[in-house]
Amino acid sequence: MADLSTNFVGIKSPNPYWLASAPPTDKEYNVVRAFKAGWGGVVWKTLGAEGPPIVNVNGPRYGAVWGADRRLLGLNNIELITDRPLEVNLREIKQVKRDWPDRAMVVSLMVPCDEESWKAILARVEETEADGVELNFGCPHGMSERGMGSAVGQVPDYIEMVTRWVKKHSRMPCIVKLTPNIADIRKPAEAAKRGGADAVSLINTINSITSVNLDDFSPEPMIDGKGAHGGYCGPAVKPIALNMVAEIARDPATAGLPISGIGGVSTWRDAAEFLALGAGSVQVCTAAMTYGFGIIKELNAGLSQYLDDKGMTLDQLQGRAVPNVTDWQYLNLNYVTKARIDQDLCIQCGRCFAACEDTSHQAISMSPDRKFEVIDSECVACNLCVNVCPVQDCITMEELPLGAVDERTGETVREYANWTSHPNNPMARAAE
Amino acid sequence: MSNSPTTPGIQPGRLSPDAYGAHFDDLYPAYDPHEAMVAADRCYFCHDAPCITACPTEIDIPLFIRQIQAGQPDAAGKTIMDQNIFGGTCARVCPTETLCEGACVREMAEGKPVEIGRLQRYATDSLMERPDHPYTRAASTGKHVAIVGAGPAGLSCAHRLAMHGHDVTVYEAQDKPGGLNEFGIAAYKMAGDFAAREVEWLLGIGGITIRTGQALGRDVSLDALRAEHDAVFLGTGLGDVNQLGIPGEDLDGVRDAVDFIAELRQTDDLSRLAIGRDVVVIGGGMTAVDAAVQSKLLGAERVSMVYRRDRAAMSASDHEIDHAATEGVTILTGATPVAIHGQGAVAEVEFAYTGGDETFRLKADQVFKAIGQKLVPVDGLATEGRKFAGVPLAGVWAGGDCTGGGEDLTVTAVAQGRDAAEAIHADLTGNGI
Repeated sequence: MADLSTNFVGIKSPNPYWLASAPPTDKEYNVVRAFKAGWGGVVWKTLGAEGPPIVNVNGPRYGAVWGADRRLLGLNNIELITDRPLEVNLREIKQVKRDWPDRAMVVSLMVPCDEESWKAILARVEETEADGVELNFGCPHGMSERGMGSAVGQVPDYIEMVTRWVKKHSRMPCIVKLTPNIADIRKPAEAAKRGGADAVSLINTINSITSVNLDDFSPEPMIDGKGAHGGYCGPAVKPIALNMVAEIARDPATAGLPISGIGGVSTWRDAAEFLALGAGSVQVCTAAMTYGFGIIKELNAGLSQYLDDKGMTLDQLQGRAVPNVTDWQYLNLNYVTKARIDQDLCIQCGRCFAACEDTSHQAISMSPDRKFEVIDSECVACNLCVNVCPVQDCITMEELPLGAVDERTGETVREYANWTSHPNNPMARAAE
Repeated sequence: MSNSPTTPGIQPGRLSPDAYGAHFDDLYPAYDPHEAMVAADRCYFCHDAPCITACPTEIDIPLFIRQIQAGQPDAAGKTIMDQNIFGGTCARVCPTETLCEGACVREMAEGKPVEIGRLQRYATDSLMERPDHPYTRAASTGKHVAIVGAGPAGLSCAHRLAMHGHDVTVYEAQDKPGGLNEFGIAAYKMAGDFAAREVEWLLGIGGITIRTGQALGRDVSLDALRAEHDAVFLGTGLGDVNQLGIPGEDLDGVRDAVDFIAELRQTDDLSRLAIGRDVVVIGGGMTAVDAAVQSKLLGAERVSMVYRRDRAAMSASDHEIDHAATEGVTILTGATPVAIHGQGAVAEVEFAYTGGDETFRLKADQVFKAIGQKLVPVDGLATEGRKFAGVPLAGVWAGGDCTGGGEDLTVTAVAQGRDAAEAIHADLTGNGI
C-alpha cells in the first residue's frame, strides 16, 4: 500500500483528504465521526469574530442539480459561516486536536476587514493548538454583502493586506482560500503570495442559481417566495476548479505556491487529478454530504492502489501533469486522430450518428441494419461521438502514424508543428 | 368454505375469499413516480430508435420517455395516444419482449431493456387521470361511418374518425363494448375494470354512438349498413372457435377457453366461479396461457397445458409461457389429443405423441379448448383460412383480427383501425390516396 501521508506546508495528515470548511466540519460531533471514518484532516467551518452569533435562514439552504437516476451533480448553498458561539467552537477544536493529534486541524476564518479583528481571532485560534488557518475570502453569498468573503477575495489588494496581517500576528501556516468568482484566478493567488501566504486553497463555491420554481417564479432554494444566489459546488464544478488550480500551478509568478485543491472531488480519481495538477492536498465536501463519511475508504484505497499500480509515490504524482498543461497555440496541429467504433461493443443506439449528423461533421454512416461506421474523409476527430456514446471505450480516437495520409485533408501526417509557425498565422515566426 | 384445490369435480370457492383479490390483481403493479423516474432515466433517446420500428403503432417511445424524465407523464401519455388510442391496454397486454423491449438497445447492452411497457402504463394512466379528454373533434363533415365491432380495431377506427369530424355508429354484438379487452384477456392484465374505463375515456371525444346487441348477419346486414352510411369498417374479430373433432368433445366439462375467460372476466364474484381440480388446456397460444393460468389462480390443483408441436412453435410468447410455468402450470408439448374419455362428464384426455402411435392419458375433470379462433362468415365477403380473404366492396374497410396480417395482437388491431380511419377520411373528404 502506497504511503498517503502528507505534509502540506508543515501540516501533517495521514492522507491528503481533508474535509473542506463547510457543514460537515461545524462541530466536534461531525469531525470526530469523520476522523473515526479515516479522514486525514478537516478545515473547521469558518469562525467569525466574537459577538452575537451568525443567523442563518430557517428555510432551505441548499439547491441542487441532478443527473440521471437523480445522481447529485451540483449543489448550491446559502448557508453562512458557523452560527455557533465562538468560544464553543474554539473549545471543541482544542479538544478534537488533542484527541486526534495525527489529523490535520485547520481553522477557517472570516472577520471584518480590519487588523484588530484579525489579530484578535488569531490569538484565540492559536490557543487551540490547531495546525493552521484558512482565510475565507471566498463565500459568495451573505457575508460578501457585509464586506467579507468574496468581497475581499475579489480585490487582490485586500487579499494581500489581510494575509500580511495574518502572517504578522500569527506563526501558524496561513492558507488563503480563493473565490472563483473573478476573471483571472492568478491575480488573487499572486496577491496572496505577496502577502506571505503559505498556500492557497481553491476553489470556493461559484455564484449560482440552480433552478427556478416555475409555479412561484422564484430561484431555488426558495425562502418565502424569494431566492438569493448561492455557492455552487459538487462534481459539476470540478472542471472549473481543475483549470484554476492548473493556472496557478503553471504560472511562473505563482509556480511552487502550495495548493490545496477543492471542487467536486468525489472519487480517488478526482483527487489524483487535482494532485497531478499540482495540489498538495485535496478538500472534499459535497461528496461527503451526499454519501456520508464512508467514502473515505474508497478515496484512500483507490489512490493507494493507483500509486502502487503506477509504481509512484504521492510526491511523484503531485504536479506531474503540470508541464503538460499548455496554451492552445502550442498544441500539435500535426497530431491526427480518427474515431474508431468497436462493433463488438456497439449497442446500436445511434447517438454518435445523431450527434455527428445533426451537430457536427456528418462523419458517421448508418446502415439499414444500424451499423455505425466512421467516414475518415469527414472525421475531424472532434471526440463528440466518444463523449455521447453510452458505452465506455466503444468509440476511441486512433492516432494516425507519421507518414499516413489524412483522408479528410489529403495531407501526410508530419512531425510536430503548432500554430506559432503555421502558414495561416499572420503572427507566425519564420522557420529557423 | 368447504371446498379446496383437492375437492374433486368442478367446484367454486376452492380458495379463501381474500385469495381471489390477490390472485387477480395487477400482475405488474403501476409504477409509482419514483420507480418511473428511475426506469425512464435508463432510456438513451436512441436515434431512429429500434423500439419505434418494433412497435406496430410506431409510438415515439424515446420522446414519451423523455417527457416522463422532464416531469410531464401526462404529456408522455398524449404522445402515446397520438399513435395508439389503446395505449393503456397495450401497456398492459403487449408482448413487449418481442416488440419494443425486445428491440431496446439496453437489451443488447445489459440484457435488461428499458421497461417501456410499464413506463407506457405510467404515462397513459397519468393522461387518463386528467379530467379532460385530450382530443377534440374537427368541424363536422356531415359524413357518417358504421363500424362493426367495438373492440380495439373498431374503437381505434371510431376515435380517429371522430377526431376528423365524422359521426360514427359502432355496432357491437355483445352487451358491452371492448371486444377482447373486455372479454378475452386475463383478468390480472386488465385489473380494476380497466377495459370498461378505457372505452368510456375514449368515447369522451364525442361523436361516437355504440349500439350493443347488434350482431352482423343477425341484427344488421352489411348491405343495410352500406346503404345507410357513407363508409363501413369491419372490426368483427374472430367470433368462432376451432373444434378438436375428436371423440368425447361433447362430454360435460369440455369447454371453449374463450367462453371460460369471458365468463371469468364478467364475474363479479370469482369465488362463485367453478373450476376443475384437474384442468387440461389444449393449445399453445395466449388464450391457452390465459385459461391455464387463471384456472390455477382459481384454485385448480393441477393444470396442464398441452400443445401438439414443440415449444418454439407455440404462439404464446416466452414471457407468457414462463409466467404460466411460474404459476404452476405444467406445460406439455408434442402431444396431440385423440380422445376425451368419461361417463357423461370428462374423466381423462388421451393424447398421442405427435407423429407417433404411443398414447397417454391425463386425468381431467375440466378441459378447455384453445386451438384457435376463426371468423364468423359474412354474406358477400369471401373467407380465406380463418379470416377475410380481402374486402373488395366499395366503401367497406376492415381491420383487426378478422383480417390477415398481424399475429392477432391488440396493438396490430389498433394500428389497422387507425390506418383504416385515415383511409376512410381521405376517401370521404376527396383526398383519395
